[in-house]
Amino acid sequence: MTTVAVARPSTTAEVAEVLRDAAARGHTVVPTGRGTKLSWGMPVEPDVLVDLSGMDRVVDHQAGDLIVVAEAGARLADVQALVGGARQRLALDETVPGASIGGTIATNASGPQRLLAGTARDLLIGVTVVRADGVVAKAGGRVVKNVAGYDVGKLMVGSFGTLAVVTEAVFRLHPEPEARRWVSVEPDDLPDAVRAVVHSQAAPWAVEVDGGTLSVLLGGRTDGVDARARTIADLVGGDVSSTAPPWWGTCPWAEGETGLKITFLLSGLRDVLAAAADVGARVRGSAGSGVVHAAVADGVPDALARLREAAARHDGTVVVVDAPPEVKAAVDVWGPVPALDLMRRVKREFDPDHRLSPGRFVGGI
Amino acid sequence: MTPGVEAVARRAREVVPADGVVDDPARLRTYECDGLAHYRVVPALVVIPEDADQLAAVVRACAEHRVPFVARGSGTGLSGGALPHAEGVLVVTSRMRAIRAVRRDDQRAVVEPGVINLDVTRAATPYGYYYAPDPSSQQICSIGGNVAENSGGAHCLKYGFTTNHVLAADFVTADGDRVRLGGGAPDSPGYDLLGAVVGSEGTLGIVTEVTVRLVRLPEEVRTLLVGFGSTDQAGAAVSAIIAAGVVPAAIEMMDELAIEAAEEAVHCGYPEGAGAVLVIELDGPAVEVEAEYAAVERLCRDNGAFEQRVATDPAERALIWKGRKSAFAAVGRISPDYIVQDGVIPRTALPQVLAAIAELSATSGVRVANVFHAGDGNLHPLVLFDEARPGEAEAAEEVSGAILDLCISHGGSITGEHGVGMDKAKFMPRMYDEADLDTMQLVRCAFDPQSIANPGKVFPTPRLCGEVPGRHKGAHPAQEAGLAEVF
Repeated sequence: MTTVAVARPSTTAEVAEVLRDAAARGHTVVPTGRGTKLSWGMPVEPDVLVDLSGMDRVVDHQAGDLIVVAEAGARLADVQALVGGARQRLALDETVPGASIGGTIATNASGPQRLLAGTARDLLIGVTVVRADGVVAKAGGRVVKNVAGYDVGKLMVGSFGTLAVVTEAVFRLHPEPEARRWVSVEPDDLPDAVRAVVHSQAAPWAVEVDGGTLSVLLGGRTDGVDARARTIADLVGGDVSSTAPPWWGTCPWAEGETGLKITFLLSGLRDVLAAAADVGARVRGSAGSGVVHAAVADGVPDALARLREAAARHDGTVVVVDAPPEVKAAVDVWGPVPALDLMRRVKREFDPDHRLSPGRFVGGI
Repeated sequence: MTPGVEAVARRAREVVPADGVVDDPARLRTYECDGLAHYRVVPALVVIPEDADQLAAVVRACAEHRVPFVARGSGTGLSGGALPHAEGVLVVTSRMRAIRAVRRDDQRAVVEPGVINLDVTRAATPYGYYYAPDPSSQQICSIGGNVAENSGGAHCLKYGFTTNHVLAADFVTADGDRVRLGGGAPDSPGYDLLGAVVGSEGTLGIVTEVTVRLVRLPEEVRTLLVGFGSTDQAGAAVSAIIAAGVVPAAIEMMDELAIEAAEEAVHCGYPEGAGAVLVIELDGPAVEVEAEYAAVERLCRDNGAFEQRVATDPAERALIWKGRKSAFAAVGRISPDYIVQDGVIPRTALPQVLAAIAELSATSGVRVANVFHAGDGNLHPLVLFDEARPGEAEAAEEVSGAILDLCISHGGSITGEHGVGMDKAKFMPRMYDEADLDTMQLVRCAFDPQSIANPGKVFPTPRLCGEVPGRHKGAHPAQEAGLAEVF
């Protein structure tokens, strides 16, 4: 077993120093925020683990401009607590407890709020990164509307630490609603119920499923929310609650199980849920956005193949998010990826020596 | 015509119908500029392909002969992004106008790049859906151009920009290869290359098919026209609305001079004597809109509004929007020439920046009319001048540039939606340092190592691709376990 050195920088300049040093020594590097999703993607054994948990400051919150600036190691929960004081929120879900800002960007992890606000890619408006060669660069800025130059931040989102180390991020914020209501029901026909809600004009904030349960979130002014919740309940039945169901916004898999992310065009929901039921996968997630997670206990290679067939029929994909190492070794974690050659070219420009998280990402990147 | 362009022209004639290959000087001249008419360059060749195969063949020929190419949709861009290259090929997508599919159940439309923005909404409306990004030029601008520029519009405050509404694209690389970026479903695995392409102003390649998200039409839309004595009052009202947690679909502001121009041009009947007006649009479920309307109405009154009108039907709404949407052209009624500026500031800096613009105007004698997307701090100052009078154009240019410096010094951006193009490349180093620009150009080198896709735009100094830093290997990793102590 190789020994991994752990660097715990506390500033962007120190991260740059670590990366310059690693470059000089030919070391491979994996950046980590709070370590909650380090097992996602293909396993990597780097020479140096750059632990960003010491960079945990919320640098700036401009409530009037609805923006927040945070370091990569800051906990998402800490950011929420701070902006919550001004009745604002960063519309990203903490799908794994303790998640950091940097890790959320690197994995593009998403939860119920994506229906209304998108994912990290849609909320990130500025980013500071340290490149593999130790150069510090910024892209975007501190204003929501900005088309000056390439949106390098979007390349960082979901790149699993393979292009550069994100050290600081600027996000747009959303106001906290006056009230939230959840309408939960076990409909006779789940796909039909999801479709009815998605196409309604009640403006659902989230449309989630857990097994046979449909749960719809509404947010806004108290009177309006109550009326909209009744509209949804009239449409699909169910009870209205002012608290979230216990499973809300969490991943469905347990330790030792395999966690999948399945995406599909909305019209494919019935087909995808049927395929999941066939292979014994438990499904939870953003059915109204065409993104669900699934837990598979055993028979992963066969289940994965059949789910990939189903997702592909609806222009979607299946990625193995988290799984025991022996499972990952036995399957294609990322599945088929279009434009892989272009992705390799981007990797080659940013990290020609494959120093950052080598092999963790698609196509061996 | 250079030998390279001649070779591309020969190839183009093999694959594109005869009237789609233009080398007649008179016809070439009709393509010499986009919406920013003071930059003019006649292209060496214009090709108007009918489909992706033809377009890819032409781009491939350009790559083989290292001939620059520039993509153009409707040519409405305001930063010279589609300004032709004198020794290059202009690839025009205006014959690629098919709406391939409108899929209500999937909330998607699949369109060719030459499709007009508003036509997507027209095709989706019968299904109860629309395409949200709505640049003011939406009746003529193309989706391909919107993708290149990451176009916004009045309603992006609530609904986001083009980048938030494009899911997938068929894309022709600068090598002439065809690849698919993204997917119909969200979160396509791998790098978000589409996220880099949207807003890259034609410098990475050309999209030949675009899959966009359709948004459910709101149950209720309510548009308010509010008159204030001053821009300070109007700005305070905007702050109060945002602070109250209301997210209107749009909040637009016009100052006195902009109102005067709009009145003269389209007789929109804005409140008489107003120093500023706000156009505020609320949309969503009827009950929600009703509650928000009550809040907005009160907040405007509290901040000095002297007149409030509400439109509840499409005709009244159109009248309110007419003044705002015609504002750029309307300024032509009060000034023979003008520059449309596009800058962004943190919204809370609005009072200081407006005061500074007024001071710039007073000291230089150059009139500035202000129109802006007030909700997100995107300013569109219109800098007025008369070309015929010596020195006025230069003075206007100077004021216009000084406004961008103001935006930068307040932590904003040199462009919120019109793009960098040819016009603002020189301002890029004021907003980003050398390392920032170098990093952006790594993306350029990955996509277009020969630098033939729209060269000379966005970046003031091109990076030579292939300049890879030295590759030295160090000691064995196991020896370095003590590294952490260094820090």
